[in-house]
Amino acid sequence: MAEKMAMAKAINESLRHALDADPKVLVMGEDVGKLGGVFRVTDGLQKDFGESRVIDTPLAESGIVGAAIGLALRGYRPVVEIQFDGFVFPAYDQIVTQLAKMHARSLGKVKMPVVVRIPYGGGIGAVEHHSESPEALFAHVAGLKIVSPSNASDAYWMMQQAIQSDDPVIYFEPKRRYWDKAEVDTEAIPAPLHKAQVVREGTDLTLAAYGPMVKLCQEVAAAAAEEGKSLEVLDLRSVSPLDFDAVQASVEKTRRLVVVHEAPVFFGSGGEIAARITERCFYHLEAPVLRVGGYHAPYPPARLEEEYLPDLDRVLDAVDRSLAY
Amino acid sequence: MTVDSSAARKPRRSAAGKAGTTGSKTGTTGDTTGATGTKRTTRTAARKGAEPELVQLLTPEGKRVKNAEFDAYVAGITPEELRGLYRDMVLTRRFDAEATALQRQGELGLWASLLGQEAAQIGSGRATREDDYVFPTYREHGVAWCRGVDPTNLLGMFRGVNNGGWDPNSNNFHLYTIVIGSQTLHATGYAMGITKDGADSAVIAYFGDGASSQGDVAESFTFSAVYNAPVVFFCQNNQWAISEPTEKQSRVPLYQRAQGFGFPGVRVDGNDVLACLAVTKWALERARAGEGPTLVEAFTYRMGAHTTSDDPTRYRGDEERQAWEAKDPILRLRRYLEASNHADEGFFAELETESEALGKRVREAVRAMPDPDHYAIFENVYADGHALVDEERAQFAAYQASFADEGGR
Repeated sequence: MAEKMAMAKAINESLRHALDADPKVLVMGEDVGKLGGVFRVTDGLQKDFGESRVIDTPLAESGIVGAAIGLALRGYRPVVEIQFDGFVFPAYDQIVTQLAKMHARSLGKVKMPVVVRIPYGGGIGAVEHHSESPEALFAHVAGLKIVSPSNASDAYWMMQQAIQSDDPVIYFEPKRRYWDKAEVDTEAIPAPLHKAQVVREGTDLTLAAYGPMVKLCQEVAAAAAEEGKSLEVLDLRSVSPLDFDAVQASVEKTRRLVVVHEAPVFFGSGGEIAARITERCFYHLEAPVLRVGGYHAPYPPARLEEEYLPDLDRVLDAVDRSLAY
Repeated sequence: MTVDSSAARKPRRSAAGKAGTTGSKTGTTGDTTGATGTKRTTRTAARKGAEPELVQLLTPEGKRVKNAEFDAYVAGITPEELRGLYRDMVLTRRFDAEATALQRQGELGLWASLLGQEAAQIGSGRATREDDYVFPTYREHGVAWCRGVDPTNLLGMFRGVNNGGWDPNSNNFHLYTIVIGSQTLHATGYAMGITKDGADSAVIAYFGDGASSQGDVAESFTFSAVYNAPVVFFCQNNQWAISEPTEKQSRVPLYQRAQGFGFPGVRVDGNDVLACLAVTKWALERARAGEGPTLVEAFTYRMGAHTTSDDPTRYRGDEERQAWEAKDPILRLRRYLEASNHADEGFFAELETESEALGKRVREAVRAMPDPDHYAIFENVYADGHALVDEERAQFAAYQASFADEGGR
């Protein structure tokens, strides 16, 4: 059934569906129960599924993920919420050292179907530690899968697929897009979780992005079209694995690539994409792969975040630089 | 001595869910001077004079002593079971010695010896039921033995052929965890799952005095207390975290940590297999009865080095080891078995033969252990596959094949 809903509501519906369909699915985190989460993503779930399945946890992120690992060992499929991006680091050890490696070190005997939900990114005028984009710090770790939806429909389906995955999935939710509405068809056949999608076709240059930057890139493409430039926009959706085949196919057509993310450019996903696409498309490229993202500085105070985050003009500037080669 | 000795006799689910009701009575604690924040010199002097009492059922001389609280948990123990505990300890020590020797011979890269901790591990391990689940550190060779994990399986990671290598679910014995303390949270989560399933199994999480400082251990105490999870935290305080003595980890005896989290803590003589068995049984029964977590501090001693890479002569003296040798866990049970005529010369001689056979079997198994296939690097990284792993495996194969071509011509 198709219905227009905000991304936060779409994730809520997806969790509700999963809780309903599989008694092994659990939702756990800080304030996810009675309050329904600080962004209300888990609103009403505890009321309907009880405190045993929608669990308000102590305020200890390592404990949340560590306990989720134990629950997964017992056969549960926990979906844990880290309240904000900047709060994930107490759990980083459990995620990197334990969650990511358990399947390999057990020689495949133990599966870790754990989803770690992290509202991430800036643009909402938040205080320190509430606006970060740490996806590269997780993408660097073998054993984890990293996804980030850009719209409500993907948010719904990618959550379904993340919960069904037998691998741990870090599910980055672009919090500035929580209230953006889109049509969600809960009976559709979803695209594969780790495949990119062309969300706007073009011929002159490819913009690759995921999560919160997809919408920006669509706006950039619309603005560029007014200047007669045809930009293709690729929603990567998954950072690990990353659909390099899709990027390659697009770049072989457009011959130019600009990668956009909120995370700092240095050692970010854009760097990895640039390196691999340079290898794959060396003779197709008309310009070096350019990156637009955050700076090598702590995420700034809210009054400065507009200068820090990629915006229409900064992306257009990169587009112009690429087209000038 | 228990922090809250009344907890043992509480009826099922007796107010256990209410914070502060368990472990809140402090009348029976031992020395708590360290907790008051008095000057360090005062504290040290006080501690030396009055170490907290511990639960002991067998003295170092092998004399059975009465204990009103815990006797009941080993009351029905038969001579055969006592001989079984003795056999477990002897074979575990033999296996451990063989592994140390294999490291010296270059067959293992590293070994973490359990020498001196046999009673703590066999006593607690034999207290578990088949459906219970064990979360070990990397030194629980004796517990693994009790769980029926083939000892040769433990050696793969120390030889460097795998990072685990046994199926945790076939013996309910989780993989060894090297980053200390992490597994206490896994144990807590697993125990939460048991409660959700409505089962009456229990979980036991092993860790050491060093790990007691980890945040994960504190968080596991919090979580298990809040959710009243059926988990026993079994801390083997072997006095040394590599080179750091327990004084560098805590200003209070470790078992007293439980009190602040709202569940009971007990210190047991970790070199007394009978006491370890009794106290762990008690704690597991509490867990099964819905009375929540327990902290057991097994007061023992790491007779050997931290691992084969360690050199304890740099930080501790021989006299300390000699003092602990007099409290040897195996010797004291042997004395008891002999004095009570529960075992004859034939038993000991037969065990000696079995012991040597085990050493030989382990030696041969390790020497025959093949190196893993090169492609094992890429195996099991993910359960559902990953495009990059596939790509890199193919690149690796092509690279390997380039050597084959050269060799073939």
